Amino acid sequence: MSLAKPDATDISTKQKVALAIGIIGLFIMMLAFLNFDFPNRAVSLGLSLAAISIGTVIYARDAYLNKLEGIKNDGVWFKSISSRGLWGWIVGIILTTFYIVLYFLPTYLGLGENGNPNSGLISLFDPLSQLLSGRNASQWFVYGTLYTVAIFIFGYKFMLKYKHNRYQQVRTLSVMFFQLGFAFLIPEFMYVMNSDLPYYDLKSIWPLNYYIFDEWSVNGFLSNGTIGLGLILFGILSIFVISPILTYKYGKRWYCSWVCGCGGLAETAGDSFRQLSSKKLSAWKLERWLVHIVLVFSVVMTVAMVYTYLGYDSNNFWLTRDVFIMAVIAFLSVVFGIVLYFKGKELGKDAKIGAIGFFVVILLLLVLHFTGTTQEVFFIQGSTLRSAYGLYIGSIFSGVIGTGFYPILGSRSWCRFGCPMAAILGFQQRLFSKFRITTNGGQCISCGNCSTYCEMGIDVRAYAQKGENIVRSSCVGCGICSAVCPRGVLKLENASEKGRINSNDILLGNDVNLLDLINQK
Amino acid sequence: MEHVVIIGNGISGVTLARHIRKQSEKKITIISSESDYFFSRTALMYVFMGHMKFEHTQPYENWFWKKNRIDLKKAFVKNVDTDSKLVIFSSGEVLKYDKLVIATGSKPSKFGWPGQDLKGVMGMYHKQDLENLEKYAPNNQICKRAVIVGGGLIGIELAEMLHSRNIPVTFLVREDSFWNGVLPQGESAMINRHIKNNHIDLRLSTNLKSINADENGFVKSVTIENTGEEIACNVVGLTAGVSPNVDFLKSSKIELGRGVKVNRFLETNIKDVYAIGDCAEQHEAIGKRRPIEAVWYTGRMMGETLAQTICGNPMQYNPGHWFNSAKFFAIEYQTYGWVFSEKMKSQFEEHFHWKHKDDTKCITVAYHKETKKFLGINTFGIRMRHETFDKWLTEQREIDYVIQHLSEANFDPEFYKHYEREILEAYNHQLQIV
Repeated sequence: MSLAKPDATDISTKQKVALAIGIIGLFIMMLAFLNFDFPNRAVSLGLSLAAISIGTVIYARDAYLNKLEGIKNDGVWFKSISSRGLWGWIVGIILTTFYIVLYFLPTYLGLGENGNPNSGLISLFDPLSQLLSGRNASQWFVYGTLYTVAIFIFGYKFMLKYKHNRYQQVRTLSVMFFQLGFAFLIPEFMYVMNSDLPYYDLKSIWPLNYYIFDEWSVNGFLSNGTIGLGLILFGILSIFVISPILTYKYGKRWYCSWVCGCGGLAETAGDSFRQLSSKKLSAWKLERWLVHIVLVFSVVMTVAMVYTYLGYDSNNFWLTRDVFIMAVIAFLSVVFGIVLYFKGKELGKDAKIGAIGFFVVILLLLVLHFTGTTQEVFFIQGSTLRSAYGLYIGSIFSGVIGTGFYPILGSRSWCRFGCPMAAILGFQQRLFSKFRITTNGGQCISCGNCSTYCEMGIDVRAYAQKGENIVRSSCVGCGICSAVCPRGVLKLENASEKGRINSNDILLGNDVNLLDLINQK
Repeated sequence: MEHVVIIGNGISGVTLARHIRKQSEKKITIISSESDYFFSRTALMYVFMGHMKFEHTQPYENWFWKKNRIDLKKAFVKNVDTDSKLVIFSSGEVLKYDKLVIATGSKPSKFGWPGQDLKGVMGMYHKQDLENLEKYAPNNQICKRAVIVGGGLIGIELAEMLHSRNIPVTFLVREDSFWNGVLPQGESAMINRHIKNNHIDLRLSTNLKSINADENGFVKSVTIENTGEEIACNVVGLTAGVSPNVDFLKSSKIELGRGVKVNRFLETNIKDVYAIGDCAEQHEAIGKRRPIEAVWYTGRMMGETLAQTICGNPMQYNPGHWFNSAKFFAIEYQTYGWVFSEKMKSQFEEHFHWKHKDDTKCITVAYHKETKKFLGINTFGIRMRHETFDKWLTEQREIDYVIQHLSEANFDPEFYKHYEREILEAYNHQLQIV
């Protein structure tokens, strides 16, 4: 069906002014990038960030405050930027280029190497960095600042868009808080307190934080007394205790859409692109393979890393290689045993694939143990494995594709296809959690708003129209399906595990005897 | 192998086909002249509003049908020859069936208004209506004003659709308050105000006299009966209800009333011919239901039931407690059990009505005057749990119990404000006054 572009999608004069202000802000940064030497960098940076923020705020206020409360998706598929149109591709290419330069060519941004002072864009951020931690900016400081600003200004826009929905508002305040406090400020202050401590975003948990067990990182923590030890213990506790408890009680959403920085950006700056995720069954199949392969890669890579430095640096650690590798194998076996014992039946065919995956990991670990030297694991340089992971997964997948491709693949492609942390949390959410999205009896009219606006590409409707609750590993609990449902069919809940996964052939509302007859089969 | 032919690929026909396939290996063919694949009719509005693309309204991916061996045929059925068990297409082609199911749904009702077939006059029911609207009302330059005739669920949805493209709308409603044949007064009045808050020119107690053409046969204006006022417009939406889409069966031997006459087994007067969904008309109404139920959910339930019968487990259509839902611009509406409007309710039906001061949330609880038995609830702006009310209706709870336990039925998202206490206070207060 050919759709003429409806005029309602045009922006107002006020929004045009707001856009202009924002673009002036970006232009200041562009000038800095082109090495224009601003006389007063602090003022210039302040002006630039203020213009970007004010522009976005005015734009958002004009877009939502003049309208009555309710769902604000009018024209989403008519606008070029949010429907993979020309603007979508332009923004996608700009973002992708930015990420490539950021990760691989930071000197283009003006990073001063070998003790040289910064220039260009990075030097524009020097005053702010000096203010916070008394050192000059790095490309990561620039990125962190822009990232935080983006979560705040687009988070504000998001909160206006969902001004009738308190779940969305509270959740957005939460990601803003964790981004500003945990990801941005605390690491800077920690540096001020003790400059030897490695950068540590407390909320970033292994395996998302894949470098926490790197030798330099562990050494950094261990050589810094109680604080360092406390921090690394917190990191380990997060993985094995805090995260499982919270995931059991609230589902993986406690992390993915309330705390996580990647999730935070996706939910705020990425909100306009959530509808672009693929809902095809084939995409789901790809997702399951890809995300678990990344998980296996990250587990094996981390074990291999630790294993190597335990070998040549054994005097510094009380752990020996033998004990370590056996402990890992034992832990994985216990987890595997528990899952099979309690959930084997429920998993059905998936149990077989899971078992194969498990034995592959164990086999890899044994091969590692019996062929590994202090230098080499799997007959390649130990550090090569780690750099490969950092390059392909940590940089290209999560950054360049994950965020750069927002306007093409939707806002959560990293979270969905690549994040090993999401894979672990999802595994637990599917099997051991109180969380589910409850379907309200027989009220679904199969309209498809829920599926369309699911950023994780879950075909929510497929469950809702059958009267089934939605219990899926990948669900990050953003709550948008529930928000956009016109008939009040979906509700995110933490409740008893009994009846959490329900499968109905006949929906509520039809004759009761018939219902029993069919559903008992 | 038995061949089941289903005319109509809406929710009724498709539910039927899916359930037959679950239980048997019968050959299944679904015929539609409207679309290649099943889509959700109720979602057409979101395509016009830009919330979704048309393909998003299709609940199953295109490979689904082949995988489940459900044959789809895009053709228009001209007639049915029940003697030789043939479906006859407009192309002259024929298809042999062993069992035939009529699931052709509805069509917009027209009441013989002068000008009702002009260019720019349309219903809002079929995919073709959407395409038509896209043609005649793509924006507010081409369509400077639209007039909607008929104040029901489709009318208000059409108003919301046009409003999303900043097209001025005049909404002609015959009744003196929106949908007050169904909704009690307090609710109906609240929706009147909500419509006006959305800048819709709502004209209550207003009838259409005629639709007037320009020299090229396009809509130019409408004339109002009561006042003779002429309103200039480019599009007229006729949304004064729907009627069964069964004209093609008039020359067949299948018994027709307004729809296809069926018994409780959804069988017509002809052996091996059945009808389900909007187009089926019960000989006698079931409980307080209407003989023709043009609702998504009942279509689905009839499909679920008939699949049993066709697969050798004869079963009556026996719907449980009534429920329904809709959305009026931003206000969601759900109903469980029976709440009748003042016009329709019986002597013994009493109402407890509570409305929030923000004028977007209210509930009406119906109960039996003498026995205090809970009869049903209408809820606006507060989501409620289907399962809980279904249970309470089965258990025949009294209104006191329902009001006191209302929080158990709450289905609003987490962190939403709750109103159960306020409702209880209002309820107690009302009891004191009475």
